[in-house]
Amino acid sequence: MQAVRGVTLRVAEGETVGIVGESGSGKSVLMLSLLGLLPDNAQVRAQAMRFADGDLGAMSGREKRRLLGSRIGMVFQDPMTSLNPLFTVEQQLTEPLRIHQGLRGAKARARALDLLRMVDMPSPENRLKQYPHEFSGGMRQRVMIAIAIACGPRLIIADEPTTALDVTIQAQILDLLRNLQKELGTSTILITHDLGVISSMCRRVVVMYGGIVAEEGSLDEIFYSPRHPYTWGLLRSIPEAETEHRLPLVPIPGSPPDMLAPPQGCPFAPRCRHAMPVCLRCAAPETELSPTHKVRCHLTHPAAPQVRWEKEGL
Amino acid sequence: MHIDPEAYANLPAEDFAPLGDADRENEQIARPSTTYWQDVWARFRRDPLAMAGLCVLILVALAAIFGPMLSPFSYEDVDFLNGDMGPSSAHWFGTDRLGRDIFVRVLYGARISLTVGVVAAVINLVIGVLYGGIAGFIGRRVDMVLMRIVDILIGLPSLLYIILIMMALGSSIQSIVLALCFTSWIGTARVVRSEVMMLKSSEYALAARLTGASDFDILLHHLIPNCMGPIIVSTAFLIPSAIFSEAFLAFLGIGIQVPMASWGTLANEAIAALSSRPYQMFFPVAAICVTMFSLNFIGDGLRDALDPRLKK
Amino acid sequence: MIHASPNPPSAPLVEAQNLCKYFPVRARFFGKSRHLLKAVDGVSFAIEKGETFGLVGESGCGKTTVGRTLVRLYEPTAGAIRYDGQDISHLNRAALLPFRRRAQMIFQDPYASLDPRMTVGDIIAEPLRVQNLYPGKARDARARELLALVGLKPDHINRYPHEFSGGQRQRIGLARALAGNPEFIVCDEPISALDVSIQAQVVNMLEALQDQFGLTYLFVSHDLTMVRHISRRVAVMYLGAIVELAPVAVLYKHMQHPYTQALLSAAPVADPRRAAQAARIPLQGDVPTPIDPPPGCLFRGRCPKAVPRCAQERPALRDLGGGHLCACHLLE
Repeated sequence: MQAVRGVTLRVAEGETVGIVGESGSGKSVLMLSLLGLLPDNAQVRAQAMRFADGDLGAMSGREKRRLLGSRIGMVFQDPMTSLNPLFTVEQQLTEPLRIHQGLRGAKARARALDLLRMVDMPSPENRLKQYPHEFSGGMRQRVMIAIAIACGPRLIIADEPTTALDVTIQAQILDLLRNLQKELGTSTILITHDLGVISSMCRRVVVMYGGIVAEEGSLDEIFYSPRHPYTWGLLRSIPEAETEHRLPLVPIPGSPPDMLAPPQGCPFAPRCRHAMPVCLRCAAPETELSPTHKVRCHLTHPAAPQVRWEKEGL
Repeated sequence: MHIDPEAYANLPAEDFAPLGDADRENEQIARPSTTYWQDVWARFRRDPLAMAGLCVLILVALAAIFGPMLSPFSYEDVDFLNGDMGPSSAHWFGTDRLGRDIFVRVLYGARISLTVGVVAAVINLVIGVLYGGIAGFIGRRVDMVLMRIVDILIGLPSLLYIILIMMALGSSIQSIVLALCFTSWIGTARVVRSEVMMLKSSEYALAARLTGASDFDILLHHLIPNCMGPIIVSTAFLIPSAIFSEAFLAFLGIGIQVPMASWGTLANEAIAALSSRPYQMFFPVAAICVTMFSLNFIGDGLRDALDPRLKK
Repeated sequence: MIHASPNPPSAPLVEAQNLCKYFPVRARFFGKSRHLLKAVDGVSFAIEKGETFGLVGESGCGKTTVGRTLVRLYEPTAGAIRYDGQDISHLNRAALLPFRRRAQMIFQDPYASLDPRMTVGDIIAEPLRVQNLYPGKARDARARELLALVGLKPDHINRYPHEFSGGQRQRIGLARALAGNPEFIVCDEPISALDVSIQAQVVNMLEALQDQFGLTYLFVSHDLTMVRHISRRVAVMYLGAIVELAPVAVLYKHMQHPYTQALLSAAPVADPRRAAQAARIPLQGDVPTPIDPPPGCLFRGRCPKAVPRCAQERPALRDLGGGHLCACHLLE
């Protein structure tokens, strides 16, 4: 089973990159493989994996783990499973400080308090002594973010950070992530299935489908001049937010690919309205449409029919 | 699948003709259909220990059923001239003090042990599933009362009521089974109760309720089939424990009486001659061990096969 | 408590009147008195024949409980449910049987709502088996017909739920709901567990079936954009009570309740240019628990506009005209 194939991903300093994809698109596996967090039966082959000036590919598991938590922070979807229910928030916050920065005792405690203030935790002094189950979902996610930024990371990877939260809480957490990024100047990789979250958070978007990068580009390129039929399908599947008259939704037919038996050619071909014989035979090469906009679709071939994106009503 | 850029640029135009909808089938299911039990069997088959256990158990069962018929000896034939003989071609496992063939007696013991195990398991299953199912499904006060009864039963010292039952009913297979089943269904009942409690609020149980189905209908059609996995596992471990209890009781002299032979009785008889004729002890004990191991391996295999989550 | 009648002029198909559903919460320590979780506390609305009525709110606001109580999966603690004029609030199982055929439900989790040990055919035909409709061979034919109706292949009838994808399973659940030819379906978060591209499939199918059979829906969801797309009227719930109810165009343009305003402004817009313009009304804090709620307006703890009166008196739903109801003291 190949969960991810031939993916190239670059994140510049201080940039927020959004990775969009549905279940089975390989977006989470991609991140876990970068960090060496995949289960033992996984194999990762890559030409290069670099972080800042270090080569992730050449690092041992131990070095990677050092990097993780100090210079790379992770925020997961479900904070309840990533926080240890047996330890107080203070213990969990000071652990990375002790391991990576050698802070102990009162100093570590003071830093932990600072961190809770940075994530806008109400009454942080009392909160330090509490256990994860005493927090609401939104507050737990704040704790997760505090742990992620504890050692001043250069990159934060947020995997569906707000999927389990309510809309009003989601807005709070997104605001927090945005402000922290401005303050700290970290790069962020935001993995989500929610195009709404993407459009309010990111400058650059990577659209994944069936383990490959279908299309990547700037926010405007992806939303207003997308070139991959899957991106079209995604955008047409969501109802128009503001129009007065109701437009029918245009769903993508069929189901996401079964990654145990992935299709031979383009993974999207079986569901694509514009599929051609070549799509079923081989995957499309990457086409560069602009310095930022790249797409993998046979429709960019000169011999292919000219199909253009038009979102009705715009 | 990398494609040469030059070859790609020169692909023929027909490769780029749009496909009609007829060429694609969106609701196709690629994988062949397998039922839950087919999956379970496939997983079970991959477990070598469990398969070995199953084979050994089948051999023991076949020997127990047909062995005594094929042997020239019977379990109660006394032959004083050939007492205390070691294993030989005539008497494979030797003879005991009274000259009875130990091989046949061990096979006969297998009959008793397996019968006790299977009957106890079936009784457990019926009582445990009904009791646990009712307690879990109705819940609240009924559950309170039923579970407190269980707590009281489990507090009784088992040897006490087993001896009382044996004294009242005499020692026969029936009374042994009854004594063994007196409280052993409680484990199954508890498993079923907690499963049913969890499943009764599942969305498919709600959906069934929405069709107008009665409580009994939901219990029978949805809840019990869905807790078959844990039920089977708890039953699979119950059989060896029932067999072992029977052997233990017989060894203590409470249970099947001579000339009938259970593995425990045989072991008991062999104590007197343990230092001079250890084989008389070895064969029944080996039979108990082999059967216990097989049944426990089967139970482990079933647990892994029925609940793949536990293994990972 | 209710000043204005929330009933629309034409005869409603389903009507909830001051509906309450409380769940007892087990006391933590021995001897402490029992607490009540007021999941739904005095909810009134009416759904007209053929319309889609949207019910939105955050988790724990009681929207799912309202849906389940309306189809009598729960018995209401107080208040009344009227279905086609008949009070069904306290009918027993046998008396509910005719109602069961007319009102059905589809569930949130496509993985938990189909019995994994049954074939798809048996699942779909279950309502028919229980109610003894379409006896004999007709039942099998009906199951195949229903599968085709939701866009699946009739010969999928012998397969098991785990062989289908989430969207396909949700359609199987829909086929089961349709088996007895109902007129009212409660859709309880039917798309929230599905991928974006699949959500549109299910929503389009719901709309097509509504046109074909004249169905009436209660569409329960936290997805504000999808509720806007599918509903004719929408009610917003907060902590077990409706805070605002209006036709969809009114609610999304001229919402009056501070909670509705904050909720709608918090929903992320999948359009970068609009997202950049959108002004957000930030809400502080979390949703409080509905266990033993204090008197006064339930939203006041998070409300940016709260006044002293909000702590003393719970605001009732007031009619603002044009079918727009809102429960807020500031509107007086």
